[in-house]
Amino acid sequence: MSPAATGAGAARSAPRSYRDTLSRSSARTLTRRRVVNHAMIGLTYLAALIATVPLLLILWYLVSRGAASVNWAFFTEIPKPPGELGGGMANAIAGTLILVAIASVLGLPIGIGAGLYLAEQRGARLAVAVRFLSDVLNGLPSIVLGIFAWQVLVRPFKHFSALAGGIALAAMMIPLVTRATEEMIRLVPVSMREAALALGYTKWRTSLSVVLRTALPGIVTGALVAVARIAGETAPLIFTAFGNQFWSLSPTQPIAAIPMQIYTYAMAPYDDWNRQAWAGALVLLALVFVISLAARFATRSRFGLGGD
Amino acid sequence: MTDAAATPPGLSATPADGSSAARIEGSSIGDRAYRWTTTAFALVIPVLLVAIAGAVFTAGWPALSKFGFGFFTHSEWDAVNGRFGAAPAVFGTIVSSVIALVLATPLAVGVAIFLSEFAPPWLRLPVAFFVDLLAAIPSVVYGLWGILVLMPFLRGQVMPFVKETLHLGDFPLFSGPAYGPSMFAGGCILAIMVLPYISAVTREVLLAVPRSQREAALALGATRWEMIWDAVLPFARSGIIGGIILGLGRALGETMAVTMVIGNSHDISASLFAPGYTMASLIANEFSEATNDLHLSALMAVGAGLFVVTIVVNAVARWLVWRTSRGPTA
Repeated sequence: MSPAATGAGAARSAPRSYRDTLSRSSARTLTRRRVVNHAMIGLTYLAALIATVPLLLILWYLVSRGAASVNWAFFTEIPKPPGELGGGMANAIAGTLILVAIASVLGLPIGIGAGLYLAEQRGARLAVAVRFLSDVLNGLPSIVLGIFAWQVLVRPFKHFSALAGGIALAAMMIPLVTRATEEMIRLVPVSMREAALALGYTKWRTSLSVVLRTALPGIVTGALVAVARIAGETAPLIFTAFGNQFWSLSPTQPIAAIPMQIYTYAMAPYDDWNRQAWAGALVLLALVFVISLAARFATRSRFGLGGD
Repeated sequence: MTDAAATPPGLSATPADGSSAARIEGSSIGDRAYRWTTTAFALVIPVLLVAIAGAVFTAGWPALSKFGFGFFTHSEWDAVNGRFGAAPAVFGTIVSSVIALVLATPLAVGVAIFLSEFAPPWLRLPVAFFVDLLAAIPSVVYGLWGILVLMPFLRGQVMPFVKETLHLGDFPLFSGPAYGPSMFAGGCILAIMVLPYISAVTREVLLAVPRSQREAALALGATRWEMIWDAVLPFARSGIIGGIILGLGRALGETMAVTMVIGNSHDISASLFAPGYTMASLIANEFSEATNDLHLSALMAVGAGLFVVTIVVNAVARWLVWRTSRGPTA
């Protein structure tokens, strides 16, 4: 590290240093520079190697410890009380699907609408402000969104509900979908918009049935990425959906979710519960990866094979 | 139509508005309705933010008004006697985030340089894919892995190595008994979690550095590394710092994984091997066991603090990244 630091430090303070070293061109400085060059490039290879290790380790443990417990009962049964072996996560899987559905129904139209606005009124003062604020919203910790939904939707009604959970997740989703939509719409060539207007389309029809439609595969990708992101969220649900050991599909009742079930099982001192936590994590990750892959596929068909 | 062709894409529809002699009557109602609808959707975002701020501060107000700013500097947390101070959580949030950044930054920047400059084409895609996937893993899965795999490993291998093999056991940072759940474990998990964010921003910023910058350095006789170090990195510096601060924003607010491995203790300890608390993990861990309104309110006040801090941190980060990636102006 020290030769790199001295060599680079000297060079940085005086940009002429290459010429100096070249003109003095003793074989030793050249060799040293070459060694530093290779060493540092080697270090970036090492960084890449180290950075991929955690992912491989996590995947390895999920599969080796979780796969054996992913069985029929896991998908069809609800949790058993502590002490009894077996049981599954059927209620949590259904709960996660319901929570994601509520979040999508609220978050997608708002996100897409806001994205259309940002792309079409790009320079407007309001658009600049909304763009910045959507980044701010995106940067908020999810737990803060949970507190928000709890204060607004749980506290006044005095009980936890799936609806509150879905709204907290929708608040996470909106900025993601907004920015994805904006970017995709900006990729649509102006000529398409102009062609539609020249054919006598009104502006709103041009926007919706030409521009939005062209950008749709990209927006689907953005939406799927957002769904993948919220499906694994736990923190906001602690305050809102709360979790449920029993079968419930009602939006006004506390509801179970896979990530919360993993949390409960992981923190428990029972081996059987830890085992189920691994299985739950494997299923959750598989779900997230499948959605992410679908997202990639949606984009590919847009930019690669898009025939029409 | 020439008019529209000259304007940037986003605005193309607007100038036609005034000069729409050829516009069919009635279409403007649809256009106006469309415009108002999208504007209304866009307005949801600021309204939502205001509502979040309002809700979080309302929820935390009883505690904030009772303890004042001292809430964040006192370290006593006594739910029974109704005395609350969040200093240990603030301390833990800072320490765990710093550990995470110290561990993750060199790796993330290294990976970004590797991907943007040195990676052979056949390696670039898989490595980028793997690092991106790290960002897709849910927090609770990190927590599960952390508590059942990483923590035993740290307690069994890494901590004894630091204390005995390296003889650093008397050094305050590593003193005391080596617990599994600890500030160090929390920092390690956070490091893995923020790595993809820092690396993604850094890569983006490096790609925004003009080719001419690289070619000029090479033409002056720089080696490839000297080109990176002297020409590319200084150019990208503020963007990279922005990426690191963005990672900091993630680390500050990260909840589940940290809650599961940090030990959840209200003691402030100099040792990284001792358990601690972070603001987010304090809220998540004590929410369900909060016994009275003041306790709940104290937790929400911690949330309000987190809200303010993450907004400031993210705003600074966005500004730095924006300043770099808009490219060389003037």
